[in-house]
Amino acid sequence: MKKLIITSTLLVLLLLGCADTTSHTRGVYMLMDTSGTYTQQIKKAQSIINYLLATLQPGDTLAVARVDSASFSEKDIIAKGTFDTRPSVANEQKRKFRQKLDNFAKGVKGSAYTDISGGMLQAVEYLNEAASGKKTILIFSDLKEEIKKGHVRDFPIQLSGYHVVALNVTKLSSDQVDPREYLDRLTYWEKKVTDGGGTWKVINDLERLEKLLDD
Amino acid sequence: MDSMSLIFSGNPVLSIILTFLISVILLYIARKPAHELIKSIFHLAHKALRLSAKSTLLAEKRFAARNKEVLLAAGEEAVERIIEREFHRVEAVVRRDLSGYPTLQQALKTQISKIEEDYSKSADAPPAPPGWANAVEAVAKIPPTGDTLVANMLGAINKSIDKQYKNVLSDYRKACAERHSLLKKMMPFWRQMTNTLAEVDKTIAGILERSKVIDAKMDFYENIRKGSDKAVRMLSSSSLTQFFIAGLVMLIAIGGAVINFNLIALPMSEMVGGGSYIGPFKTSNVAAMVIILVEAAMGLFLMESLHITKLFPIIGAMDDKMRHKMIWITFSILFILAGIESSLAYMRDMIAADMQALRQSLAEVTVSPEHTGNWIPTVGQMIMGFILPFALAFIAIPLESFVHSSRTVIGVVVVGLLRTVAYSLRLTGNISRSLGDMLIRIYDLIIFAPLWIEGLLKKEGKSQNEIKNNKPLSHGKEEKIA
Repeated sequence: MKKLIITSTLLVLLLLGCADTTSHTRGVYMLMDTSGTYTQQIKKAQSIINYLLATLQPGDTLAVARVDSASFSEKDIIAKGTFDTRPSVANEQKRKFRQKLDNFAKGVKGSAYTDISGGMLQAVEYLNEAASGKKTILIFSDLKEEIKKGHVRDFPIQLSGYHVVALNVTKLSSDQVDPREYLDRLTYWEKKVTDGGGTWKVINDLERLEKLLDD
Repeated sequence: MDSMSLIFSGNPVLSIILTFLISVILLYIARKPAHELIKSIFHLAHKALRLSAKSTLLAEKRFAARNKEVLLAAGEEAVERIIEREFHRVEAVVRRDLSGYPTLQQALKTQISKIEEDYSKSADAPPAPPGWANAVEAVAKIPPTGDTLVANMLGAINKSIDKQYKNVLSDYRKACAERHSLLKKMMPFWRQMTNTLAEVDKTIAGILERSKVIDAKMDFYENIRKGSDKAVRMLSSSSLTQFFIAGLVMLIAIGGAVINFNLIALPMSEMVGGGSYIGPFKTSNVAAMVIILVEAAMGLFLMESLHITKLFPIIGAMDDKMRHKMIWITFSILFILAGIESSLAYMRDMIAADMQALRQSLAEVTVSPEHTGNWIPTVGQMIMGFILPFALAFIAIPLESFVHSSRTVIGVVVVGLLRTVAYSLRLTGNISRSLGDMLIRIYDLIIFAPLWIEGLLKKEGKSQNEIKNNKPLSHGKEEKIA
């Protein structure tokens, strides 16, 4: 009788363990605007990435990509990787990741156009492949999208299960003339994200980065 | 009010009064069956509740009897164990001190025979002066007659007697000195014997003390066997104390286990990976918890094998050889696990330092040069990692007390609950009966007007009956008088 109870308990535990197929890992994809004067903000972007590197756990995924004239491309990914489940190896990977970004920051060049939608599509594709449990897309940009002539980005993006966070949305000189432009930009992106099934958040104060990965 | 429900749609007050009057009349007509209905409903409820209260009280009594049995059985076992331990102590004293009793007896006999020998030697009298000395002494005492020959002869006799006397005296003194020296030699033997006897006395006193404790425990045991109230009271109070103390110690042990868990959870992720999950829990955390639980289990088995606790009768019933094997096996596993924990604690420190360095570099903070004595926390963690498993092993002792005392405590709580339920049921039953009576009164109050009229009519009818009955009586009386 005792054996039966022990065996059944173990079996139940095993089944419970096996039944849980949800991924507990987190995937973060950061889009870095490198158009025009926004390249001057690269230091701030680096500090955000450093914060992410310090916060993400072993097994999590991080990718940083630049937003240029045509961002729906793997070529725009500066650094990417899923951290090893062993903390010591993950730490080493984080060091290399940072090194890559430092190298990129040294030679960053501005792009003529800003294809944020293409970048978002690339992010969705990458994070879906990574099969992370919680998916976050960070957009480090002024959210002023400028698409190359002929490129089509005017369609809804499927963002169900994604948290999209706009970071450091700077006010342009035209926004000073008419602040409604700035507000319209924010509203446009919020609508685009929520229509796609995702959640939207704006963090302009980079001192409050702890809210970055809040779900 | 809805116009449909009004008798006179134009006059609601009149409608209400009329409705009330009709209701009163109807209630008056249905008074008797209504009273019976109310009575039967509430009496039924009263009886059902009383019955439930009775059965609850019966259950409570049965539970209390069972509790008493459990308490007495536990008490009996505990006292048996104490008495057994006392007997073991007495046995140890007897084995330690009185096992050498034959040797001691032999030593005492040797000492006594030596003393006797010396004593008999000391009793030897010095040799008596020769018998002719008296005759010579008598001749020597003859008064001188003036004869020189006789005088010379007597002088010679006197001289020889004096000489003889001196010799005898010297012999006597010598003999006395010898006897004294023999008596002096006896002194250390006497002392030795006194010391030996004092030791025996001390041992016997210790055994007597133990026997007093055993007597007291035996009395208590007898009381438990008889199931006396005093014994039950003492046992339940002791059980409650045990429950709270064991609970407190268990809480402390849980605190230790939590610290232990924190020491090994992080490095476990280095071994089993930090990204896998079992259910909602990280595999590394589960692995760390399993290690701690295995340590606690090994501690339980170790304590059981050492006969400190009696949670597993199978282990307790093992033969000594097997039990010793069990002790060594459990101790070895515990030792190995302690070693693993110690190394995990070291690993944790290394990982934490690496993480700290990474965070500092990411935050672009200048790393301060290493202070001397940075090894102290590492060593401290390693020692803690090694000691905590052994400390956890002792959780078996409070756990046993907790399990045993919780049976009594739970029993007491259940008895209290059952008593409260029985009281509530009886109270509700009595209230329902009174409520029925009260409802009947309220019913009568509503129809007080027809009842009052009925009363008046009855009174009048009664007085008329009386008048009718009184008339023939008065005639009879008059006839009698006539």
